[in-house]
Amino acid sequence: MSSSILAEGTPFARPRRTLHAERITLAHGAGGKAMRDLIEDVFVGTFDNPHLHELDDQARLPLDAIAKGGDQLAFTTDSYVVDPLFFPGGDIGELAITGTVNDLAVSGATPHYLTCGMIIEEGLEVEALRRVVASMKRTADAAGVAIVTGDTKVVHRGAADKLFINTAGVGVIAAGRKLHASTIRPGDVLLVNGALGDHGAAIVDARGEYAMQNTIESDCQPLSGLIETMLNACPDLRCMRDATRGGVATVANEFAQASHTAIRLHERSLPVRDAVRGMCEILGLDPLYLANEGKLMAIAPAAQAQPLLEAMRAHHAGRDSAIVGEVHPAPAGRVILETGFGGDRVLDVLIGDQLPRIC
Amino acid sequence: MKFVDEFRDPDAAKAVLRAIDALAPNFADRPEGPLQLMEFCGGHTHTIFRYGIEPMLPDWIELVHGPGCPVCVLPMGRVDDCVALAERPNVIFTTFGDAIRVPGSRKSLLQAKAEGADVRMVYSPLDALELARRHPEREVVFFALGFETTMPSTALTVLQAAQEGVENFSLFCNHITTVPTIKAILDSPDMRLDGFLAPGHVCMVVGERPFDFVAERYGKPLVITGFEPLDILQSIWMAVEQLADRRCAVENQYARVVAAHGNPPGLEAIAKVFELRAFFEWRGLGSIDHSGVGMRDAYARFDAEHKFTVPNLRIADPKSCQCGEVLKGSIRPWECKVFGTACTPQTPLGALMVSSEGACAAYHNFGDLQALLARRETQEAVSS
Ligand code: SF4
Repeated sequence: MSSSILAEGTPFARPRRTLHAERITLAHGAGGKAMRDLIEDVFVGTFDNPHLHELDDQARLPLDAIAKGGDQLAFTTDSYVVDPLFFPGGDIGELAITGTVNDLAVSGATPHYLTCGMIIEEGLEVEALRRVVASMKRTADAAGVAIVTGDTKVVHRGAADKLFINTAGVGVIAAGRKLHASTIRPGDVLLVNGALGDHGAAIVDARGEYAMQNTIESDCQPLSGLIETMLNACPDLRCMRDATRGGVATVANEFAQASHTAIRLHERSLPVRDAVRGMCEILGLDPLYLANEGKLMAIAPAAQAQPLLEAMRAHHAGRDSAIVGEVHPAPAGRVILETGFGGDRVLDVLIGDQLPRIC
Repeated sequence: MKFVDEFRDPDAAKAVLRAIDALAPNFADRPEGPLQLMEFCGGHTHTIFRYGIEPMLPDWIELVHGPGCPVCVLPMGRVDDCVALAERPNVIFTTFGDAIRVPGSRKSLLQAKAEGADVRMVYSPLDALELARRHPEREVVFFALGFETTMPSTALTVLQAAQEGVENFSLFCNHITTVPTIKAILDSPDMRLDGFLAPGHVCMVVGERPFDFVAERYGKPLVITGFEPLDILQSIWMAVEQLADRRCAVENQYARVVAAHGNPPGLEAIAKVFELRAFFEWRGLGSIDHSGVGMRDAYARFDAEHKFTVPNLRIADPKSCQCGEVLKGSIRPWECKVFGTACTPQTPLGALMVSSEGACAAYHNFGDLQALLARRETQEAVSS
């Protein structure tokens, strides 16, 4: 990622203030000294980059460096409200960076800058906040992005659930890159970059409501590196989308509807870990609708599918990639799942949440 | 976790389908149309749709999806009672997930929760009992529903609560029984079913014998069936073979799990805690004698209907609903006049659209909606 962009700005001169409190109180959102301590110690100290160090109300970003990377700006935002804050394989901070980075990257953009809005419930342990922020920094570094501006609000106990994070991000799309679902054609193939449903299953498991003895970890990971590799291996890649809420079933439906084609998925080639499959069997969930935080579904022309698959598998974020289906002309707008048993069924969009069955 | 992959093997499925095909000549020109087999259990309905079994079958066999989803057949008035209980200030109302979205006449449990009622989803009645232990100052009500399958676990939970003297725990009992319901379907004048696939897990509790009357008195084959897709295909084959041989018997395809005599300790717990109600109201089917169970007087202190007052009003199903006809197999789900238009999973008018196990919801979610609606239109055009 272009370090030249990050190198701009003025260095942080004054010694930083430190936060001594154990828990966040309303004072930490009141705009006074306590808030200053929190921001300088926890956020600026950790995110640590020249744009942030200016401590202004906005980050000022040089346009020329951005413009060198491409001819379109990609701009996105998302909010993260996961419960629990820490779960096997990740935490809300990692999620907040990954999610926004991935939303940029799947458009073919190189992500550069993020913002970070924190809504903190009065009473949150400062230690937990520090852990979250450290994890945001680690993830941002891994994805090659900088958190350049932010906002902090503290709300009364009960007005939020511990911690909500909003991140917005900008990235640059290289000239000539046009990934869009409307370019999908019959004959194209669908790929995913690994096992499905890990994040959704890990969260259900981490809530501990069902007393299951699983060790399912979230698949939370930035995909910008993998996507760069994919675009190099397959210049005619049609489109991709990260399969977050709603899972791959939802993404496949969005593709089919946007391109007026039929998508046929093969249950036997869709990678799902045994632990996730087992949990789904018990709870009556469908792994194809479970959320992922490090998985994408891509569509490529059949002729480039094999080299693309090999390139994906060679990348650490795509080791278990697989070709999982193909595009047909009809029935337009529908996703058909060829079940492992040999039957066909429609894989529709989900209504509301997946709820477990009883009998 | 170990999977029963041998029961999901597509090659084995093809072999069974070939065996079924070989029986086709026996039913070549049936004036009554395709053979109709009813799977009675929501779990079976779910497997049939999830694995795409229906389109694999030859067109001379039709599956009819019976009333086997306890959520689907719950009358609206009972949902209102649930909401009333859940809205009592000190109550934690616990329920299985599927019941949470079922519409009552005013609102569902999900809406009540959004308005502030303490409604929690649990996976077993024991989880509800645990909540009661942890919150001695609150009243924990468990919404008990389901067939004989889930009865032993609720009965055992009540026995445990009694033994420990947990006084802030109670059941809102809506358990129902299979036998009178099958009887009611068989007695209905527009019944044209040829055979039944019976729920394996119910039989795991009650054994094989309670279903003998289907073969003996009504002359219909019945096959006790497991829940894997191959179980279902094989049971269809067994039932069709009986019909081809002009036999009718109760056969047990699920012998690897179902013992002929059922589960005596489970039955004992049920008998201790529950007794048959004189009648119970079903959505779509009306009142059926002795089809529901309530709690015995000895356990009245664990009976939410006894402990608290519930409104207990009867709310008629909307007029446009044809759920009853679908449940009995006289029309197919997509033939209902409001299927996919006024009645959808987001806006369920009838019971069968409510739970994911309901036949209408299954057709809606797993079938090709546009094609089904087009078929209904053609049929309507022809018949008018
Ligand atoms: S479509 Fe709705 S009203 Fe009609 S039978 Fe199905 S659930 Fe009942």
